[in-house]
Amino acid sequence: MSKDGCDRPHLKLEMLSNPLYLSGARELVSSVARRLGFADQACSQIALALDEALCNVIRHGYGRRPDGPIWVEVWPLCPAHADGCGSGACVAGEPTPPEALCNGSAPEAVGGIRIVIEDEARQVDPATIKGRKLEEIRPGGLGVHIIREVMNQVIYEKRGESGMRLTMVKFKSPVVPAGDPAAQPGRSCGT
Amino acid sequence: MNNGPVRIEYEERGTTAIVTPHGEIGFPEAPSLRTYLKGAQDKRMARLIVDLSNVHFMSTPGLAALVEALQSSKRHQTRLVLCGLQERVRAVFEIARLQQLFVIKPDAASAMEA
Repeated sequence: MSKDGCDRPHLKLEMLSNPLYLSGARELVSSVARRLGFADQACSQIALALDEALCNVIRHGYGRRPDGPIWVEVWPLCPAHADGCGSGACVAGEPTPPEALCNGSAPEAVGGIRIVIEDEARQVDPATIKGRKLEEIRPGGLGVHIIREVMNQVIYEKRGESGMRLTMVKFKSPVVPAGDPAAQPGRSCGT
Repeated sequence: MNNGPVRIEYEERGTTAIVTPHGEIGFPEAPSLRTYLKGAQDKRMARLIVDLSNVHFMSTPGLAALVEALQSSKRHQTRLVLCGLQERVRAVFEIARLQQLFVIKPDAASAMEA
């Protein structure tokens, strides 16, 4: 394990596909995001994306069956892992995507959060997971659009023999609220 | 399945019906809101106000219930007005680009005049 512990999830939640627990999961992840230094608006967006993603698993994956397993992992994104910007930064133990590197031209590269949602529900071709066109005024079909809108990276993939995996990443704004030591994200790019 | 409770108030003022949900309108709560809105629209009031000032979270099932109500209100010639959106609820409307679809007022008083 690295000294930052970023080669494994910092938080792992197992829940059933019962809508009763959506609120609790949302509040938990939102609270963690706040402690990781996200601003209130970003915390709300992360909570919304998580809610929409879990809702989709319950409705479409499990067909509203309330007893399917869902796993939620939270990985802090390390802004200054090892030697710092660009040289050893990691996203949960994996190579940092180019857009996340701290090279002075990527203002989002001040750390963030990666949320991984896995289930054992019905598998679908990830290429078919698309939000509806916003011009179509009708109820439903907005969840995927919202997830893609508020998160920086969204990846759907099949999870082995059964279930799906959704990975969502959101980077922190480089502006850090002052006066809250708990909200400091660590060393920011270029500082 | 326990879909979770949601408190919704209903009031009539002349030809206006006012539906006031409280708390969260997500997947578990949206069916209750949908039922209330349908019940209000069945009374064929001239105006239906949905006061969201006490709603601090809304996700797409809640939005869907409101879009359904909007479509129904057009069929029934009822004027649907939303009011009192908290910032994070307004943000959801904006992300979904629905804010221009609805008549949205700051509070119930201005909604009564819309």
